[in-house]
Amino acid sequence: MPATIDDPRIIEFDVRTEEMLVNMGPQHPSTHGVLRLVLRTDGEIVSEVTPHIGYLHRCAEKIGENLTPRQWIPYTDRMDYLAGMNMNLGWSLCVEKLLKYELPERGRHLRVIIAELGRMASHLVGMGAYGLDLGTFSPFLYAFRERERILDLFEEACGARLTYSYLTVGGATADLPHGWTDKCLAFLDQFEPVIAEYHTLLTTNAIFVKRTAKIGILSPEMAIDYGCSGPVTRGSGIDFDLRRDGEPIYTSMYEGYQFEVICERNGHYPNDHAYPAVPREAVLGDCWHRFYVRMLEVVQSIGLIRQAIENYHRSSGSHGEPIKLNQKLPKGEAYLETEAPRGQMGFGIVSRGEAIPWRVRARSSSFSNLAVCPELCRGCLIADVPAVVGSLDVVMGEIDR
Amino acid sequence: MAEFFNYLLDCGAYALSGGRWSVAPDNLFGVVVTALVQVIILLHVIAVGALIFIWLERKVAGRIQDRLGPTRVGGKFGWLQTLADGIKLITKEDLMPAGADGFLFKAAPYVSMAAALAAYFALPFAGSPLPFVAQQLNVAAFFIVAVLGLEVFGVILAGYSSASKWALFGSMREAAQVVSYEVPLGLCAVVPVMLAGSMDLVVVGDTQRGLFTNWYLFHDPFTFVVFWVYFTCGTASVNRAPFDLAEAESELVAGFHTEYSGLRWSFFFMAEYGSMFTVSMLAAILFLGGWHGPLPVTEWLGMQADGWLEYSTSPGIAAYLCNLIGMTNVVLKAGLLVTVMMWARWTLPRLRIDQVMTTCLKYCTPIAAVMFVGAAVWQAALPRGLMLRTPLANIAASEPWQRGAEPVVQTSGIAVDKEAR
Amino acid sequence: MNAEQMSGLIAERIPGAVTGQNFENVDPWLEISPVQFHKVCEFLRDDPRLAMNYLHCISGVDYLEVDPKKIAKAGFEPHLEVVYHLSSLEHRHRLVLKVFLQRWQDDRRGEIPELDSVADLWSTADWHEREVYDLCGVRFTGHPNLRRILCPEDWEGHPLRKDYEMPLEYHGIRGR
Repeated sequence: MPATIDDPRIIEFDVRTEEMLVNMGPQHPSTHGVLRLVLRTDGEIVSEVTPHIGYLHRCAEKIGENLTPRQWIPYTDRMDYLAGMNMNLGWSLCVEKLLKYELPERGRHLRVIIAELGRMASHLVGMGAYGLDLGTFSPFLYAFRERERILDLFEEACGARLTYSYLTVGGATADLPHGWTDKCLAFLDQFEPVIAEYHTLLTTNAIFVKRTAKIGILSPEMAIDYGCSGPVTRGSGIDFDLRRDGEPIYTSMYEGYQFEVICERNGHYPNDHAYPAVPREAVLGDCWHRFYVRMLEVVQSIGLIRQAIENYHRSSGSHGEPIKLNQKLPKGEAYLETEAPRGQMGFGIVSRGEAIPWRVRARSSSFSNLAVCPELCRGCLIADVPAVVGSLDVVMGEIDR
Repeated sequence: MAEFFNYLLDCGAYALSGGRWSVAPDNLFGVVVTALVQVIILLHVIAVGALIFIWLERKVAGRIQDRLGPTRVGGKFGWLQTLADGIKLITKEDLMPAGADGFLFKAAPYVSMAAALAAYFALPFAGSPLPFVAQQLNVAAFFIVAVLGLEVFGVILAGYSSASKWALFGSMREAAQVVSYEVPLGLCAVVPVMLAGSMDLVVVGDTQRGLFTNWYLFHDPFTFVVFWVYFTCGTASVNRAPFDLAEAESELVAGFHTEYSGLRWSFFFMAEYGSMFTVSMLAAILFLGGWHGPLPVTEWLGMQADGWLEYSTSPGIAAYLCNLIGMTNVVLKAGLLVTVMMWARWTLPRLRIDQVMTTCLKYCTPIAAVMFVGAAVWQAALPRGLMLRTPLANIAASEPWQRGAEPVVQTSGIAVDKEAR
Repeated sequence: MNAEQMSGLIAERIPGAVTGQNFENVDPWLEISPVQFHKVCEFLRDDPRLAMNYLHCISGVDYLEVDPKKIAKAGFEPHLEVVYHLSSLEHRHRLVLKVFLQRWQDDRRGEIPELDSVADLWSTADWHEREVYDLCGVRFTGHPNLRRILCPEDWEGHPLRKDYEMPLEYHGIRGR
């Protein structure tokens, strides 16, 4: 059990000094953007963490009330800017749910390829930045080296490296270029063995384990209570992934695909003989497990992309033509959550029968994930705060919208 | 050296006065001039050393991280990059927070720098017959370990006077950490001192002459362990990763130097690189045979003081040459250790403050203490050790106090207590 | 369990709580009376048949036609909706709840409507209710810390309301 300030057995904590309020952020190297955490500290011990958000609020929902769904796609890019593709996908699917649109087979597989590449790119940043949070710089650059190659692929597919607007309502803006899948496969072949290096550098590193094991333990009950999602809940052992358990319009995208939902079941991760063992110190739901889940999800994504490329070549038809820019939407309301890299990203749309929606809604996964941070950080040390916040892997663009 | 300057003065005085005035060899003039010359040389050793090490660090980091590092400034390897950075730092505005304690804030970098500089005064770069050292102290090992600990004052001052909470956190961490690590560091440094029977680093270095098997690293299993403990503690005491908690950029923004900019900030850096090198030099002298190469080539060639090209009573050219080789040896060894520190920095995550303290108090200190006792018992029971000794190394193998004091050329006005050795 | 069955369960347990429903929408929803809303949520969460342990999202939707030409055929009275998306990880079923509120409490302009907070049932609601309060202007009674979350503390107005006007100036920064 980590030392907490309430622990009566620890005598040192009785010798309290004056409490100090410290602002961690919004300009701070480890707050993943412009997050401001107000720490109430007693020496090195943090007794309370209060997140203050909104520094990156860009009124995305209000803007959406004045644009047609396809015009709003670029705004979704700027939510989780590390996984723009997945944001595009979430919003497109939400509108398609309202339209009751059926995507052609080829477009479905294309979306799987792109979404899983996006997940890999995002998890790579998550991994690298987590290294930074813990004071090691090199894994960050290794992660970016690989991420660059994913971005190169994206650039070739859609012309952009950060804000793609590639997947759109009705399919994708363009089909994959000729020869793209070969490059993608070549990248996967190169990338897969490299993951072992990351495990050596971080996952199994003695200091890394010391810094993350038993830190910020999130119980499954608390995870559900706070509406956490994605790797954060799966790190707590909750077997839930929208790709498998979501709404039909989303799960049908992954129909026929073989993949595992990464979470610990009966003390084992899927295929865990292939990965470094869980260290003895680690407890389910701590920072280490959240990190580990991300690392293993990358491997699942590789498998998914391989299958998807095969399916993509086998399938015929179009990649899904985007709907007309000013297409009238049916009257109604739709809300759909998809499994973005950071968790369940929900998009909602209220339509009154016009081309422009009455109201759009973005439910951010990081928003709920960050809300649990004050609970996790209570009584930890200052150095643990970046460790915990980093393991939640929040993106402020998505939280503030 | 003081005698040399006094001799020059004496010659001048003699010529001017027509033989009526003379200057005694221990005149204060020589001492002052010598001190000035030494200060200037050492300042440059630190400044240029820092330039080289920062460049090296960037190159090493670049290679570790699968990139090139600096490549442009100064030609092929970007070897002037640090100088360019230095010029940039000089031109930067010297900022001070409104709430800062002005005098202390401005003084802090100099305090750090002075402490780092002071350690160099007792640091020998080559040994007998012509010790290449600014001040050959008979308590050099003790002096350096003590002075290294002084650097923390600058850091504490910086944190205290910055009027920044992050800086305060950083300096408090540094204070706790450095004060704790002084204990195991001292315990480790004492082991070779005990084996050599002297705190004079020149003597400690010279007792390891001969094959590399004579290095105290290989003296016995205890010293072998002690070296690694020393290196860990040394890394911690100069605030290098994974013990760089005082800076901890992911937690404390930049720790104690959060509020510093420009030249003052770079002084902290020079101090850091300076003490990094000092700690590595100390390790090289105490454990890695100092200025003696792995093979005693100079001895084989008879390049010691009594060797060839000797004339009259002063040391021969060979001795100077021998010193040059020795200096290369020791600087290379220390540089290697510095590189290892860099390697660790760019590979390992940072420890947490409680883990740093645990490492020190629960592991390093007890291990160092046990190894100290072990080495002492070993020395008493098996003075010659079990390691391979070559006939060439008979000087080192014999006990220093039985060996008879070797002629040591005095380099300054401060008398060296030869009886103490 | 589908929305119709859930509606029946709620109506059976708390009569009069379900004041409206729409099962034809892509996401079927139930309208809950604001008075009994907290009780309904408690039932939904604690009843083992429903076990709605996961609150996805709370959104506020403002229904007000500001275009005078369109008011006649708007098809609704001006009102505010607070929409709750719930699901059960155990039973893998979903439900959408809606609460209809007046745009202004008792039609006094400037006084935002009130609704019981469900932050004591789902901690997710803590931040989401703050967001709805901030952007749509609904006062959640019983919320532990109802402050603005995305806008600055001294911001005036609730931006996601249809009649919201961007301030001309905010601390010397031009608004429009």
